Amino acid sequence: MSATTAGRTPSAVAPEARGGGVLPWLALPALLAFVAFAVLPLIGVLLLSFTSWDTLGQIKLTGLESWRSVLTDPGLPHALWVTFLITALSWAFQTPASILIGVFLAGRQRYRELLAVLYFIPLLLSSAAIAITYKALLDPNFGLGAGLHIDLLTQDWLGEPGLALGVVVFVVSWQFIPFHSLLYQGGVRQVPRSLYEAAELDGAGRVRMFFSITLPQLKYTIITSSTLMIVGSLTFFDLIFVLTEGGPGDATRALALDMYKRGFQANLMGAACVIGVILVLVGLALALLLRRLGGRDPNASQLEGA
Amino acid sequence: MESRTTSRRTFLSLSMGVPLGAALAACGTSGPAPSGGGAASGGAAGGGGAKASYWFLSGPPGEAPRTAAVQRFNKANPNGQIDITAIQNDAYKTKIKTAIGAGQAPTIIWGWGGGGLRSYVQAGQVEDLTSWFGENAAVKDRLFPGAFGAATIDNKIYAMPCETVQPIVLFYNKKVFEQVGVQPPQSYGDILDLVKKFNAKGIAPFSLGGQSRWTNMMWLEFLFDRIGGSEVFQAVFDGEKDAWNNPASIEALTKMQELIKANGFIKGFSSITADSNADQALLYTGKAAMMLHGSWSYGIQQAQGGDFVASGGLGWMNFPPVDGGKGDPSDTVGNPGQYLSISSKATPEQKEIAKKFFATGVLDDAEQKEWVGTGGVPIVKGSDSLFTGSKDAEFLNFIYGVASNAKVFAQSWDQALSPTAAEVLLDNIAKLFQLSISPQQFATNMNAVIGK
Repeated sequence: MSATTAGRTPSAVAPEARGGGVLPWLALPALLAFVAFAVLPLIGVLLLSFTSWDTLGQIKLTGLESWRSVLTDPGLPHALWVTFLITALSWAFQTPASILIGVFLAGRQRYRELLAVLYFIPLLLSSAAIAITYKALLDPNFGLGAGLHIDLLTQDWLGEPGLALGVVVFVVSWQFIPFHSLLYQGGVRQVPRSLYEAAELDGAGRVRMFFSITLPQLKYTIITSSTLMIVGSLTFFDLIFVLTEGGPGDATRALALDMYKRGFQANLMGAACVIGVILVLVGLALALLLRRLGGRDPNASQLEGA
Repeated sequence: MESRTTSRRTFLSLSMGVPLGAALAACGTSGPAPSGGGAASGGAAGGGGAKASYWFLSGPPGEAPRTAAVQRFNKANPNGQIDITAIQNDAYKTKIKTAIGAGQAPTIIWGWGGGGLRSYVQAGQVEDLTSWFGENAAVKDRLFPGAFGAATIDNKIYAMPCETVQPIVLFYNKKVFEQVGVQPPQSYGDILDLVKKFNAKGIAPFSLGGQSRWTNMMWLEFLFDRIGGSEVFQAVFDGEKDAWNNPASIEALTKMQELIKANGFIKGFSSITADSNADQALLYTGKAAMMLHGSWSYGIQQAQGGDFVASGGLGWMNFPPVDGGKGDPSDTVGNPGQYLSISSKATPEQKEIAKKFFATGVLDDAEQKEWVGTGGVPIVKGSDSLFTGSKDAEFLNFIYGVASNAKVFAQSWDQALSPTAAEVLLDNIAKLFQLSISPQQFATNMNAVIGK
């Protein structure tokens, strides 16, 4: 890569090189880091998926053996389904909530700025700390419900499959809504005032303005935020691991957790790498799909006059 | 002008490169290896001799006696020091595997023996100590013979048993029993009667930290043994085909689900973890009447339960027989000991230090006393003479009796099996307790990983 850039600079058009020659080099550190920490491990994972390795002994080349064992395991469709549920539900919960909070926070009133700071706090906490806290609060015997004698809260939150999945989605959303609200807040502030002024002249109300101006103008913010949510929740691990360890049974065993359990608890690195490859493929496919949904050129400006 | 821009550019790329290089280098040496991780360290550390390294579990009750034993050894052997690193339980399990796989193992590897040790042996990562024990018979003969089972792989000894014996015990809250007016169970039938009586009073019959999964496993270990005898699981361990289809196995699994359906366990057990000791809190706060748990729980309840243990609130017994069962009621399961192995990648000097530590440092009189002080029973014959005067003498004598009288002291299943089979086992146990699979499905799923 660096060789081609270096070779091109002198032979390329001289006037352009004067200003632009430095620019490709600026990408080098990021590129090196990307190759070292993303591309090389990815190749390693792909190669390991064709082997059997218990992390201790020799790495044995076993061809498609690991692939066959993972693809015929009924645990895989289940893990895919759980991952899909967590992704879809947390998207469906986070997006409307984030848009509403983001629009609200985009106002420039002083009290809203204070609230914005408060809303931001969950994002500053580590996932493990959040999970441990929620686990303690939701404990059926020593938790919030039992402590305050509120029967409604005294459920076996993490012990019933459906409830546990709901709790996972809720806690994930609680953690990430502030971040997406921030995106939407920025998005809303970019909407030209003139649109609202024109709408006001036409006699549109607040609700009408929200649906006819704010929401359509936020299209690209929605796509960005959805991409982050969906691709992010594919690899969701730490919070679920601490909160439920995939339980009860395997009710919240998402793909990333399945990968960890196979690799580091059952010592089946080959099978874990197969799941790793599947995760990468699903993630790439989803990211591409979302870019398609965003139209031909999502980088083009949507601002009038810009 | 030209050269100045270049130099600034070089400087920039260098400054970006350096942290990256440092990060890559840090990846290479990995792990928490303090100083003795690799072969050659020594140097600054005075004395001039080689240094062995030793990783073990942190936290009470074990960290203090382990640390003190090494400190005494280091004082007595200025030329052959041991460096220690204490690591938290769950993190240790992953770290030690990674370190051994990467050839960065500590000289002395702390472990649970059984299936985990077998995987080290198969990878050629630990020293065969059979001939060393042959030459140093005194080291071997003073320990419980039962402790060597989990250290022996294919008739060769690969680890030095150490520390304490930890059978699984049926604990009960005497105060709750008194309050309801019932007696401790003499048989499994009594347990079923007690379940109804406690439920009628709104007290959970049994506490259980079900999310931890191995807690559920302890129940199966006893039901299998009491119903079909120790040979039922032995057949699994020996890799016999379809060993889980044994009628005794299906009967035990069915009884297990019946107890769950009869509300034998506290509501919400599958979201309670043993790591946070919440299951033990349920027992000493009187929310649950009984609990099947490792003997180490005694120390935890003593430390966290206020005056519960001191005031005689805690009762204990071996798991009662099942009516019509074939198992010997003296049998028990749990940890017959903890285990120290020597890394085959260590230098000859490091191996010598480790062996000297095994012979003179491990379970010396002072360490035995310290273990007794934590409520543990050292795996040394006659260690019961140290119990006199201890405030825990009654419990310690009980454990010593269980351990030395057991016809079979089986190792916990998840430790005895290979890590691969153990993970499938724990996974299926969790599902069995969720009632999401039937006993026969459990057996079928487990038969598929026999011998793996």
